[in-house]
Amino acid sequence: MGGYTTSEIATIMAMQGIAGLSLFGVFLLMALGLAIIFGQMGVINMAHGEFLTLGSYATYVVATMFESYAPGLFSYYFPVAIVLSFLVAFGVGYLLEYGLVRHLYKRPLDTLLATWAVGLIMQQIFRSIFGGRGVSADAPDWLQGSIQLSQMLFLSRSDLFVMCIAIAMTVIVSILLYRARWGMRVRSTTQNRAMANAVGINTAKVDRNTFALGCGLAGIAGSAFTTISATTPTAGAQYLVDTFLVVVLGGAASLLGTVASAFSIAQAQSILEFFITGSMAKVLTLMVVIGIIMLRPQGLFTLKVRQ
Amino acid sequence: MQHSNWRKSIAALTIAALAGAGASSVGANEEYPTDEVNTTGLAVTDDTVEVGILHSLTGTMAISETGSVEAEQLAIRQINESGGVLGRQIETEVEDGASDWPTFAERASSLLESDDVAAVFGCWTSASRKAVLPVFEENNGLLYYPTFYEGLEASPNVFYQGQEATQQIIAGLNWVHEKENADTYYLIGSDYIWPRTSHAIARHHIENELGAKVVAEQYFPLGHTNFRSAINQIRLKNPDVVYSIIAGDSNVSFWSQLNSAGINADNQTVLTNSVTEDEVKAIGAENVEGHYSAMKYFQSLDNPHNKEFVEEFKEMHGEDSVIGDVTQAAYLGPWIWKRAVEKAESFDVDKVREAARGMEFDDVPEGYVRVHEENQHLWSKLRIGQWQSDGTAEVVYESDLIEPDPFPEDVDIDPDEME
Repeated sequence: MGGYTTSEIATIMAMQGIAGLSLFGVFLLMALGLAIIFGQMGVINMAHGEFLTLGSYATYVVATMFESYAPGLFSYYFPVAIVLSFLVAFGVGYLLEYGLVRHLYKRPLDTLLATWAVGLIMQQIFRSIFGGRGVSADAPDWLQGSIQLSQMLFLSRSDLFVMCIAIAMTVIVSILLYRARWGMRVRSTTQNRAMANAVGINTAKVDRNTFALGCGLAGIAGSAFTTISATTPTAGAQYLVDTFLVVVLGGAASLLGTVASAFSIAQAQSILEFFITGSMAKVLTLMVVIGIIMLRPQGLFTLKVRQ
Repeated sequence: MQHSNWRKSIAALTIAALAGAGASSVGANEEYPTDEVNTTGLAVTDDTVEVGILHSLTGTMAISETGSVEAEQLAIRQINESGGVLGRQIETEVEDGASDWPTFAERASSLLESDDVAAVFGCWTSASRKAVLPVFEENNGLLYYPTFYEGLEASPNVFYQGQEATQQIIAGLNWVHEKENADTYYLIGSDYIWPRTSHAIARHHIENELGAKVVAEQYFPLGHTNFRSAINQIRLKNPDVVYSIIAGDSNVSFWSQLNSAGINADNQTVLTNSVTEDEVKAIGAENVEGHYSAMKYFQSLDNPHNKEFVEEFKEMHGEDSVIGDVTQAAYLGPWIWKRAVEKAESFDVDKVREAARGMEFDDVPEGYVRVHEENQHLWSKLRIGQWQSDGTAEVVYESDLIEPDPFPEDVDIDPDEME
């Protein structure tokens, strides 16, 4: 492998494994919201990336406010920013579902077009408010630098932070979906809307909350991503393709599938990137994923339901 | 009869008054009659001349191109305040290329064919320049292009105010090679024509002239935000110099991830030719502090012309605005055009082009430039700036004047393949 010794290969694998874990955190976090909206509800939300951007800008605004009005508390702005990002994205998502998406549940192709248009409108609004230039919030001290694991192995604090948020959100979402009454309503609505209605579930309300929750999760992802990249009006849109890929490969309705597919795509890309150029690594990963989806259109994990 | 005499004398008085007024304010018209200075039907009247500005005001490139528009407007305003060109005030037609290359071509033909502008200041990316090039060549228009770019082009219809790749790369590599006594180089860039051509030139120079080694050449798509693998490669291969040509917002991720991985100016030399004051504003000065950029211009240049320029730019566009390399180059465009027109005593494109060749400027913000006699690029200096904690660069090296060489020999580049 490119003239490396065995011990170097071992180091590379360990280093890239850690880099892959960081990327896994990013993929998982961005895919969670979509796993709910696309996976559970089957709605193709092309504006998903913009909800991510919305969360990033909300975080930027909170950081700027803290910097000017409470510089002493600056280290602690992140919890506030995360909650606010969630609330803003949840709120906008709620309105979007109420005003637009619910009228289009029976017309999936129109949903695709309509949400894409919403995404474009949101991008232009960001551009008008924050300008086209990328902004970035200063990271608090406790998110800067890295933890040294060995002479060659480092894990940056911001990556660790993203990973922790991703895992925490996955746990919360899986509890909500599989252990709470709310999740039962969501799943029964997904599986058989008429029957769910018949047993007294307000499916319209379930839809609205589910959609808004997915958007809120995107907001949290956007908030966490401010620690690793710049926020521009189109930042979220750049994640959209990867996000759909993770969800589709994992199997639309399976949360475990999303986790597994985020992990494998991240690791594959990370290891490949070391030996070939970044662009080629991406091409190769995409080709493998397309191959797998051709063989297993339902994705890696599927719910066993009666068709 | 009496009546008609009276009329005649009024008419004579009016003419005399007009002529008098003309002699005081638009006297140039007598000196430079419109039908003599404009034989090709450009939009020139007795007291105005129309030019075009063609940049992306919307879309993803608006970030970068806004500075150029602002600089061009400043130059045009200053020229008008000092009496215009051949006694004519410049009127500006601003068109939006909208970050979309076919739109650029369409706007260019509207500027040249419907508005008949005398010159166009515009374009930023190579893709937009390539899109408008046929339009300019077909209509024999004049384009003043501000960006540093990959070279491999020398159209008679374009003046290139930015540096082409060899001007930006070779002197910078020589400097870092000597300073670091460097044997190993790690090349990283965004995956498109400019970084790839630049790295091809850099690799050729490193291997054949400096006798050093390139340990890896890495490319990532534009907009990429995950540089952890590249950082691991840097850590493992431990090169003497990292040479980066990453464009746009990816810089924020690259530099902040590099810094948070513990790689900073204390333990790794990084040289880049894609980070200007504009990028540093978004990256955060703490992430680039101590590293080096190779450019021809930095906002901190210590000469009276630059100080005046920075002051007037900030006065016009706000105290917070920053001026990067391309912004300064854009500012040169209208001045080069004005001086050439006055030397040619004509707005005719062919005469302006001839007049500009070899023209010298010693009062521009970057110091001194000279228009190349053949390829219409600029002779310019290369400077190395070291980034400081306040986001400004301290110039630590300045080269001699470098001749532009857009078609470097013995470097293995196939321009068609690059596109």
